[in-house]
Amino acid sequence: MEPTYPLNAWYAAAWGHEVARDLNKRTVCDKDIVLFRQQDGAVAALEDACWHRLMPLSLGTLEGDTVVCGYHGLRFNGAGRCTFMPAQKTINPSAGVRSFPTSEKHRLIWVWPGDPALADPATIPDFHWNDGLDADGNGWAGEGGTFYDLKCDYRLVLDNLMDLTHETYVHAGSIGDDAITDTPFDVTYTDRTAVVTRWMIGIHPPPFWAKQLDKPGQLVDRWQVINFQAPSTIAGDVGVALTGTGARVGDRSQGVNGCFLAAITPASGTTCHYFWNFVRTFRRDDEALTKAINVAHVNGGNGVYDQDHRVLEAQQAAILKQPRAPFYHLNIDAGALWARRLIDQMIAQERVPQRPVLAAE
Amino acid sequence: MAELIEWGPATLRGVRDLTADIRLFEIEPAVPVRAVAPGSHLSLLLPIGAGSDVRSYSIVSVTEGVVRIAVKLLPESRGGSAYMWSLAAGARLTVSRPRNHFPLGRDAGDYLLVAGGIGITPIHGMALALVEAGLPVRVLYGVRDLADAAFAEELRGLLGDRLVVTAGSPLDLDAAIAALAPGGELYVCGPIGMLEAAKRAWKTSGRPVAKLRFETFGSSGRYATEAFTVSIPRLGVEVEVPRTMSLLDALEGAGVQMIYHCRRGECGLCALPIVGLEGVVDHRDVFFTEAEKDENSSLCTCVSRVTGGVLTLDVGSRS
Repeated sequence: MEPTYPLNAWYAAAWGHEVARDLNKRTVCDKDIVLFRQQDGAVAALEDACWHRLMPLSLGTLEGDTVVCGYHGLRFNGAGRCTFMPAQKTINPSAGVRSFPTSEKHRLIWVWPGDPALADPATIPDFHWNDGLDADGNGWAGEGGTFYDLKCDYRLVLDNLMDLTHETYVHAGSIGDDAITDTPFDVTYTDRTAVVTRWMIGIHPPPFWAKQLDKPGQLVDRWQVINFQAPSTIAGDVGVALTGTGARVGDRSQGVNGCFLAAITPASGTTCHYFWNFVRTFRRDDEALTKAINVAHVNGGNGVYDQDHRVLEAQQAAILKQPRAPFYHLNIDAGALWARRLIDQMIAQERVPQRPVLAAE
Repeated sequence: MAELIEWGPATLRGVRDLTADIRLFEIEPAVPVRAVAPGSHLSLLLPIGAGSDVRSYSIVSVTEGVVRIAVKLLPESRGGSAYMWSLAAGARLTVSRPRNHFPLGRDAGDYLLVAGGIGITPIHGMALALVEAGLPVRVLYGVRDLADAAFAEELRGLLGDRLVVTAGSPLDLDAAIAALAPGGELYVCGPIGMLEAAKRAWKTSGRPVAKLRFETFGSSGRYATEAFTVSIPRLGVEVEVPRTMSLLDALEGAGVQMIYHCRRGECGLCALPIVGLEGVVDHRDVFFTEAEKDENSSLCTCVSRVTGGVLTLDVGSRS
């Protein structure tokens, strides 16, 4: 089976606040991993299977900076090296579990499931919109969340976010609007990024944005600039401003600006973790609004993202039942297809060089 | 963790002598092999004696699907090196996928690599990787004679005076460990005597045990390999262990039920209690501590031997 994700990449595995002095189990790219915070604050990520009998280490305990297996007490440090074996005075030199490079940035714990020699923290996706407000109250405000083990291929989530045409149908009544389907868009790309840009000029704002802008009856220019970074992060710069006030050429002072953030991590070929946030630069200190926007996304099955996830999981279930059915593409899929092209290129770079097997001589 | 070995066919593309008794083998597995991490090894399923047996050799390098290993011809060979040395280009082999029991850590900050004899094979690859990554590394390389120092010239070009080759005398481990930055790691591959010396020096320095990494061949001891006699009075067994066979294999050959796992002196499963001894036990394992070895109450039958005498063992059988 063809791999669906590159391994040589940084993937979000947890929010920073989720990983404390305890053991957290995650699956990233089909690898079971146990995450824990060491005494110096750095997060360690180990293969979640004891070297001895494969007992999940996440069912053990954290003592100091070592994980103690809950079965026979073997201990492993943050580098995955065994530091204790029961009932013997030496340690088997082969004993150890795999450790994965980690880095904490933009309030997320990033894990590198591929070749550790290639793990460069400088290549962590730009996700600065998620950094929170600085001491002066500047920056982007918002409180996000995670869908763990969403039952779909992570690329279906990317498809969803790279083509906001779906808002008209999936999110009618909040952010959906016929103007989206009526307006063409541009796609640009580099070797690691793809950007979908759509400007809707002189439209009536959809209900969510009309409420945020609070200028009843006035027309707006609405933008959606979706920034994809391969393999799986998206920052969608979105907002509205009073029409004709220059938003399209850089002056957003007469508008409201938000950014939807998605760090999507393949758990397996058909499941993923979806770290999301919606951040904004308007009414940044309004905590009630922060809470309301969070709830609007996930609302016990009625939030915007709940609407998406019903679609995505139903779509994955249909794909699994009809594995050979064609997947047709439309013009609206250009952004998603560029994203998938960049992912495919990353996967191809990792493939074992295929040489013809020599015939018997 | 323990792994099942996946075997596959391979072709020997060529051989080249590096020294009088170290030969480089270029092996091309039918399923292509990509670049491997330093410390990786290749296992070969070799016809030895009446059956076949597994031998593992550190990988020197991999390019375009060709895996290079270096094999030292051992006079006391249990059959592995002698068989390898009998091969010519075109020979068919059965090999594993590369595996790694001796991985190189990434964030030690400073590295000391110590090789003894053919133990240079994994150390060579580690030195290359560390230099390429721009990380600080020093290499101590002990050999019997300078003419035996395979890869020394290449490493000299790469490392300059960060390589110290010592012929015929012990390495100055204490000084080298003292010069290692705090948090630095020591990697050792060499005969058991060198390893025990490195363990002692490391312990004396007070550094954390997890930062001393090592691999041994399980086939080198303080004494020359010779035949000896083993008896197990409880079973009424007395066997001659030939120079070319392990004690474990000789016992199994004589019908003694044994359990074992690693067969390289690491796990301790095959250890048996010693109840009588004439001569000296040559402990070649890394399972027992030096103090335990001095007590001579047990030995690892997969690698350890007796020199100049007779060994009497007990077993757990009560049937």
